[in-house]
Amino acid sequence: MTQFHHEIPMTDQLLSSMTVREALRDAMAEEMRRDETVFLMGEEVAEYNGAYKVSQGLLDMFGPKRVIDTPITEHAFAGLGVGAAFGGLRPIVEFMTFNFSMQAMDQIINSAAKTLYMSGGQMGCPIVFRGPNGAASRVGAQHSHCFASLYSHCPGLKVVSPYSAGDAKALLKTAIRDPNPVVFLENELLYGHTFEDVSEDPEFVLPFGKALIRRKGKDVTLTAFSIMVGKALQAADILAEQGIDAEVIDLRSLRPLDVETLVGSVMKTNRLVSIEESWPFAGIGSEIAALMMEHAFDYLDAPVLRVTGADVPMPYAANLEHLALPQVETIIEAAKAVCYQSTP
Amino acid sequence: MTKSISQEEALKAYREMLLIRRFEERAAQLYGMGLIAGFCHLYIGQEAVVVGIQAVLEPQDTIITAYRDHGHMLAAGMDPKGVMAELTGRIGGYSKGKGGSMHMFSREKNFFGGHGIVGAQVPIGTGLAFAHKYKEDGGVCITSMGDGAANQGQVYESYNMAALWKLPIVYVIENNHYGMGTSVERSSAGPNYYGRGQGWGIPGEKVDGMVYLEVKEAAKRAIAHARSGKGPFILELDTYRYRGHSMSDPAKYRSKEEVDTVKLKRDPIDYFKEYMIKTFKISEDQIKMIEDEIKAVVLEAVEFSKSSPEPDPSELYTDVLKEENIFS
Repeated sequence: MTQFHHEIPMTDQLLSSMTVREALRDAMAEEMRRDETVFLMGEEVAEYNGAYKVSQGLLDMFGPKRVIDTPITEHAFAGLGVGAAFGGLRPIVEFMTFNFSMQAMDQIINSAAKTLYMSGGQMGCPIVFRGPNGAASRVGAQHSHCFASLYSHCPGLKVVSPYSAGDAKALLKTAIRDPNPVVFLENELLYGHTFEDVSEDPEFVLPFGKALIRRKGKDVTLTAFSIMVGKALQAADILAEQGIDAEVIDLRSLRPLDVETLVGSVMKTNRLVSIEESWPFAGIGSEIAALMMEHAFDYLDAPVLRVTGADVPMPYAANLEHLALPQVETIIEAAKAVCYQSTP
Repeated sequence: MTKSISQEEALKAYREMLLIRRFEERAAQLYGMGLIAGFCHLYIGQEAVVVGIQAVLEPQDTIITAYRDHGHMLAAGMDPKGVMAELTGRIGGYSKGKGGSMHMFSREKNFFGGHGIVGAQVPIGTGLAFAHKYKEDGGVCITSMGDGAANQGQVYESYNMAALWKLPIVYVIENNHYGMGTSVERSSAGPNYYGRGQGWGIPGEKVDGMVYLEVKEAAKRAIAHARSGKGPFILELDTYRYRGHSMSDPAKYRSKEEVDTVKLKRDPIDYFKEYMIKTFKISEDQIKMIEDEIKAVVLEAVEFSKSSPEPDPSELYTDVLKEENIFS
């Protein structure tokens, strides 16, 4: 097990060790116990116990009324979820992977995100769309898409993408309680990772829009979310050996984005490297770069650099896939570049 | 036709249909004057459909439709002032002027929009039905779509889930024979929309949507089926829109004769008026009184829609997200 860095969340409760997968399941179970209007629907969530076993045991706990296997029809079951939310329920809609949410994007954006505004504040759509997002391993272009920037683009949606198990649990609970539509981006490769930061307190939740400084540093700010936080932390360890003290910020929530924490960090380090696995054009990193221009221009000693996935559909070949995704080495290189230290 | 309704009900239905007709005519005028802009889809010709269905709904039932929605809202009992003021983009509109013709809602009247993407209301309506069943509130959702929407894939995805889970829903297909400018004959292979649920075991029926009593009786059967726990029902109504698809459509894809024939022979309001006069011996004076009364209601709505102010600039950034403290 990799030892991950983390700050201890603000709770008096004892922290437990569990996988991201278990933490997500516990979040749903606790919220379903707390609120009868919460239910889970999606492909294979009930009898199969989840394609990635995230909903393991929920059918046994809550029965078929509240844990519902859907046909493979993302467009309409996402829309059905929106209607159920309009009708007073709190659906959790699982996409087996977010790649398939593309089928349902009209319902997520046009129906879930815009209706509150279009109704002059009357309606509201308390719904969570969740599932694994981004690249897994060797699954090709159509199954490796990161939707972080795409959904974050839209007013009316909140977009969250946790890294650790503790964050996954506390943020999913917040998402379920939020009165707005929340896109909750998980990561398949993180499901099996164990973290020792999970609060057992069923009332412990984390607010959206609060980033977490997972490693304090003074020379360069590295921002990342989801699985890239792990890579950023590994890069920071190596950079430390080379005399560069990197600060690693786990964004946690992409919309709202914790601009204050980013600016505060840049005021100290004067340098920022943004890391994400999605494409560079109009990505989360582009947004962060623009925000730093607007809010921290005078503090920057180097241009903001973006470490991103390659600007291509994800290749299948192992070597090409490796090249298409941000790696620890590319992060180190970028960090050195903004510190004006070239790689030998 | 047999006298199967009371005089009181007949007068009520007549008033409601006439209100929609006169309201829409005024909306067209205001559009011409530049007070209403953008898309504006009029319901003229289809009045018997919504009024007939509304007559058999229970208070807990929910309604959802697409963008030809003014008729549904008025039939549901929404205030004509609020609807007209939304058309003119004023703060007194149902969506504070932020929605427009296609996007109005009323929690109070269980009207859930008002949706602009053809067919997208169908899964949402299926979700409202899901919520009825989940909450066991005895409600049925009336989900309306046109013949154009009836070809959308998500409609069939919805049929499947509604049948699978026996959801209390009536899919109402308002077949006005044209999806914008494309006739049913040119868009639909096998245009018996009411029969398209067969593969899922969903019963369907087609009736004349220009005749209030026929709509009402068919709706009664369809809703009883859905409410009894037997699952969805598809009700197709043969109707006609007199105006173009939207205000910018001169409707050149059909002949003047075709439109005139429907107006002359099948007009839902004229037809019902004759029926009322014959069956209940309603006098011309009484009819005139109702007409004056409706005219006054519509004029009041027009006045309100002109005098209600535009939304304050500060409204630009409100209602994007719901603020609620969930951490207390």
